[in-house]
Amino acid sequence: MSLNYDQAIEKYEPTLGLEVHVELNTKSKMFCGCATEFGAEPNTQTCPVCLGLPGALPVVNKTAIESSILIGLALNCSIAPFSRFARKNYFYPDMPKNFQTSQYDEPICINGFLDVEIESDEGNKVFRIEIERVHMEEDTGKSLHVGGSTGRIHGAEYSLLDYNRAGIPLVEIVTKIVPNTGKYAPQVARAYVAALRDILRGLKVSDVKMEQGSLRCDVNLSLAPSGSGELGTRSETKNVNSLRSVETAVSGEIVRQANRLQSGEKIVQETRHFLEESGETRPGRSKEKAEDYRYFPEPDLVPVVPDNKWIDELRKTLPEKPADRRKRLQSEWSVPEKEMTAMVNAELLDTVEETVKLGADPTKARSWWLGEISRIANERDVVATELISVTAVAQIINLINQGELTDKLARQVVDGVIAGEGTPAEVISKRGLKVVSDDGALMKAIEDAIAAQPDTAERVRGGNIPAAGALIGAVMKATGGQADAAKVRELLLKHLGQ
Amino acid sequence: MSAISREEVANLARLARIEMSDAELDHLSGEMQVILGAVARVQEVASADVPPTSHPIPVNNVVREDVVIPSLSPTDALSGAPASSEQRFKVPQILGEA
Amino acid sequence: MSIRNSAAEMAEALAKKEISAVELANQHYAQIEAVDKDVHAFLHLDKAGALAQAESIDKKRAAGEKLSPLAGVPLALKDVLVQKGVPTTCGSKMLEGWRPPYDATVVAKLKDAGIVILGKTNMDEFAMGSSTENSAYGPTHNPWDLTRIPGGSGGGSAAALAAFEAPLAIGTDTGGSIRQPAAVTATVGVKPTYGGVSRYGLVAFSSSLDQAGPCARTVLDTAMLHQSIAGFDPKDSTSINHAVPDVVAAAKKKDVKGLKIGIVKQLSGAGYQKGVENKFNDAVAELVKLGAEIVEVSCPNFEYALAAYYLIAPSECSSNLARFDSMRFGIRIGDDGSKGAEEVMNLTRQVGFGREVKRRIILGTYALSSGYYDAYYGSAQKVRTLIKRDFDAAFEKCDVLVSPTAPTTAFKIGEKSEDPLAMYLNDIATIPVNLAGVGGMSLPCGLADEDNLPVGFQIMSPAMKDDRMYLVGGALEAALLSKWGKPILDFAPRLAGSK
Ligand SMILES: [Mg+2]
Ligand SMILES: [Zn+2]
Repeated sequence: MSLNYDQAIEKYEPTLGLEVHVELNTKSKMFCGCATEFGAEPNTQTCPVCLGLPGALPVVNKTAIESSILIGLALNCSIAPFSRFARKNYFYPDMPKNFQTSQYDEPICINGFLDVEIESDEGNKVFRIEIERVHMEEDTGKSLHVGGSTGRIHGAEYSLLDYNRAGIPLVEIVTKIVPNTGKYAPQVARAYVAALRDILRGLKVSDVKMEQGSLRCDVNLSLAPSGSGELGTRSETKNVNSLRSVETAVSGEIVRQANRLQSGEKIVQETRHFLEESGETRPGRSKEKAEDYRYFPEPDLVPVVPDNKWIDELRKTLPEKPADRRKRLQSEWSVPEKEMTAMVNAELLDTVEETVKLGADPTKARSWWLGEISRIANERDVVATELISVTAVAQIINLINQGELTDKLARQVVDGVIAGEGTPAEVISKRGLKVVSDDGALMKAIEDAIAAQPDTAERVRGGNIPAAGALIGAVMKATGGQADAAKVRELLLKHLGQ
Repeated sequence: MSAISREEVANLARLARIEMSDAELDHLSGEMQVILGAVARVQEVASADVPPTSHPIPVNNVVREDVVIPSLSPTDALSGAPASSEQRFKVPQILGEA
Repeated sequence: MSIRNSAAEMAEALAKKEISAVELANQHYAQIEAVDKDVHAFLHLDKAGALAQAESIDKKRAAGEKLSPLAGVPLALKDVLVQKGVPTTCGSKMLEGWRPPYDATVVAKLKDAGIVILGKTNMDEFAMGSSTENSAYGPTHNPWDLTRIPGGSGGGSAAALAAFEAPLAIGTDTGGSIRQPAAVTATVGVKPTYGGVSRYGLVAFSSSLDQAGPCARTVLDTAMLHQSIAGFDPKDSTSINHAVPDVVAAAKKKDVKGLKIGIVKQLSGAGYQKGVENKFNDAVAELVKLGAEIVEVSCPNFEYALAAYYLIAPSECSSNLARFDSMRFGIRIGDDGSKGAEEVMNLTRQVGFGREVKRRIILGTYALSSGYYDAYYGSAQKVRTLIKRDFDAAFEKCDVLVSPTAPTTAFKIGEKSEDPLAMYLNDIATIPVNLAGVGGMSLPCGLADEDNLPVGFQIMSPAMKDDRMYLVGGALEAALLSKWGKPILDFAPRLAGSK
C-alpha cells in the first residue's frame, strides 16, 4: 500500500534546499549591449558576444553587479571583497560558447538569511532560511523542438534556436540546507520563494514573473527516517515555475521518495523535471557518466572587487524590508494580523496599498481584492490585477463610501468593468446602476412588504426589532438590490413606530 | 605520474565532444603520456605558498554602463549558420536536457 | 618607389603623391601573383575591399584631408582576426567559408588609419604551432629557403613581409607566434604588453596569453603600426586603460647610452644552435659599442615556463574552442536528419579540427578536470607567478632583457611535425614573456654561419614600457645596418618571378 503525504511525513523527515534563478531587469545583457526585451522577434537581440562568435569578448554590466550586491544586502549576506567569474564548461546547443560564464568558488555574496513566516497548527511560525551564496551568471538561449508528434524534446526532428535570451543576466540564490521543517516543508518552500520574490520586486531588480521564467526555482529534497538525524540522498527538481508548483513539487517529492524508501528502493541522485500540468516530476535523461564542468577563472574578465564606499552607496538605496513594511502597514491600516497574512499570501499587498493610496478604505480595499475579485480571478485562473485596475477598484470603493453604490451594486459594477464595459462610471450609467434613494419609491416598496407580511410587521411594532430583517429583505428584493439597506431599515423602523 | 589510459582519453574526448577512432585514441594516449610527463614538471616548484596567477596584468572592476547598443540584424546574426529557419538557427534534434 | 621600400618610405611617397594608394596596392598584388604560389603566405586576397579602401584614401588625399601616417600603405592580416564580410578561417577547416559579421577592433583601427588590408595570411590552425605546417590549407614556405618553415603560428604574415608581398603585417603572439616567425624570416615583430592591443575580434586560442601585434621589415615601421593598433578598447575587459607609450619616438631615437641591458642566463646554452648564439653575442657587442651596459640576470623559473605554457594554453583553448560546434557558424558534418545535435557536434569536431588542435584540447580538458586541476592547471598558474617574480626582479636591475628569439634557425618542413615536444621547444625563449604579460620584440641580428639562415634577437620590456623595446631595437637595427651595408633581406635569395 502506498503512503500518502501524512503517512510519509510521519515516517520521514525532509531536508530542503532551494536554488532560485532570477533574471535581472537590466536594459542590456550581462556581457554585451544587446537589449533584453521579453518576447522580441527571434534573434533580433543578439550580437557577436551573446552568439559566442569567434573573437567576441564579454564586458560586465555594472548594473548587474549592483543589482546582485543589492540582493545580497537585502538577504543579509556579506559582500565578498573579491569575487570572480569562472567558466563552467559543458556542451549544449542553447549555450553559445559551450561554457557558461558564472561565478563558482568566488561568488559576490555569501552567508545570508531570510526569515519566512507560515501558518502552522500553533499559529504563525517563523523559519530562518540560511542563504549560502548569491552569484551572477548568464542565461541561455531558447530552443523550439520541431516535428514529431509530441511537440516535446523527445521525438523532435530538429530544433530551432533563438538566442535573444542568451546572455541575459541571471542571479542565482542558493540556500543552505533547510532542516527541521517537518510537515511544513511545502509551505516553507513556497513562503521562501514568495518572500524572495517580494524582496526582489521591492528592489526593482527583476520583473520576477515566474510565468515568463524571470524567476525559476529548483527544489532539492531528501528524506531521512524521522529522528535518525541523517541526511538522505537528494533529488533536484528543475524549473518549478509557480508558487503553487513549489509547494506541489516539495510535497510530491516527499511522497515519491517516501514510497521508494518504504519499498526498500534507493533514491538516485538525479535531476528531475517538474511537469506543470500534472504536478508530478519525471526523471531527466540519466547521464551514463557524470559531467565534469572543469571550472576555471574566466580569463576574459577581471575580478570584481567592490570597496566599502560602493557597497555603502548601494546600501543607502535599499528599500524598506518587506517584513518591516508589513508591520508598518498593519498598524497604519489597523487590520488584524490574519488579514495582513492573507494579503501577503495572496500577493495582493502591493495592490491593496496602491488602492488605499487612491483614497479607498483599507478594510474595504482588502475585502474587495481578496474577496470578490480574487474569487473571479481564481475561477478564470488569472491574476487579480489583470482583471481590473487598482484605479477602478478605488473608484468603486469610494462610490460605496459616498452611498452611491451598495455592495450588491458594486459587484455588478466590478463585473461590468471586468467584462470590458468601461470605467466604473461608464458601467454605472450603461447598466443604470444607481442606488434607489428616492424615499417615495422606497416607501411604496416598504408598504407593499408590510402588506404582504402583516404578522411580521406587527411583531416589529411590538418591539421585536430583529424581525424587521424579513421585511428589509423583501424590500431589497423588490428594488432589485438597488436600495441602500441601511436606508430601508431606517425608513421601515420609522414607519412601524420604532 | 600515473599512466593515462586509452579509456581516460576516450572520456576526455567525450567531454570535449570530439569523435575519435580507435586508432586516434591509441595514438593520442601515447602522445599524452609523453607530454604529461614533460609538463608535470610544474609541480616541482608549485608549492602551497605560491599564489596562482590567472591574469598577467592585475586589473579589477572593469565594467560597462547598462546601455543598450544596436544588435546585429537577424540576417547578419544568422549569416554564418549552417542551417536556419523561421529566423532561428536550425540544429539537429537536441537529445537529453541539460 | 619599390615594394622593397619600408612602410615609412611608402607613406612618405604617398604623402608626396609620388604614388597612389591604388598603384601601391596593385604593385603588391602583382608581387603576390608572382611569388605566392611558392610562398603561400596568403589564404585569401580581398582585392575588391583593398582597392576600394586605397581609392578612398587617394580621394581623401586629393581633397586635402588630413590622413594618418600610414594611410594608403598595404598590410597583410593574420587570418585569426575577424574582418567583416571577409573569409576568416584561422587556418582551420572548421571555419571554411565563414564570413564574420563584424570587425575586430584591430581591423577597425587599421581601417580608420587608412591602411589597406590586402588579404588574410596563413597560420597554424587556431594559432597552435611554431611552423605554419598545422594549417588546414597547406604550409607556408620560408622565402629564405622554400623547403623550410617560416615559423609559426604567424608564418604567413612573416613570410609575406620577407617576400615583399606586404610592407606591414599583423600577427598574434600567444607563446611566440609573432616573434619566432620574425626571427626565422629576418623581419621585425612585436608582442606588445598584454592588454596593450585589443583582443576583441581576435579568435581566442589562449585568452590570458594572446596578444595581437605589429610586424614589419623595420623597427620604425613596426612602431608606426604599433601606434595605429594599440590603445584601450572598452570591448576588451583586459585591455589596459593607459596611454600608449610613444613607440615611434623611441624607434627614432637610436640612443642606448647608459641603458642597462640584461642577458637572461637561462635563455642560452643547451638546445641553442651555435650560430644563433654567435649572432646574438655579436649583437650584444654592438649594443656595448653603443654605450649600453650589460648585466647578466638569472631567471631560475624560466625553465618551467614551457611546461606551464603547455598546460595553461591548452586548458584555455579547450574552453575557447568549445564554441566551434557547428550550431551557429562554421562547417557541419553528418547532419543527415537521423543524428542528434551531440553526435553532429562530435563528428564536426572530429573532421573540423586538425591533430595539433585536438591534442591540445584533450590535454587542456585533462588539465582542468576534477582531480587533476590542482596538479596541472593550478600548478601551472603558480609557475606563472614565479615567472612574473623573476621578471620583476630582473627589471629591478635592468631596463630591458635580451635573448635569442628562437633556439634555432628555420628547420625543414616536415622535420618536426611528428614530434610535438621537439616542436614545442621552438618557443622556449619567447614563452616567458607571454606568461608574464610583458613586452617582447624580435629583430634580425644576422645569419647563422652554419646555414646562412636568419637569427632573431629578442628584446623584452616591462609591462607598459613597450617603448624601451623600440629604443633598443631601433639603435641595434641602425648599427647592424651600417655594419652589413644593406638590409638583411637583401641577402636572401631572389624568389622566382619577384618584382
Ligand atoms: Mg547556475
Ligand atoms: Zn549581445
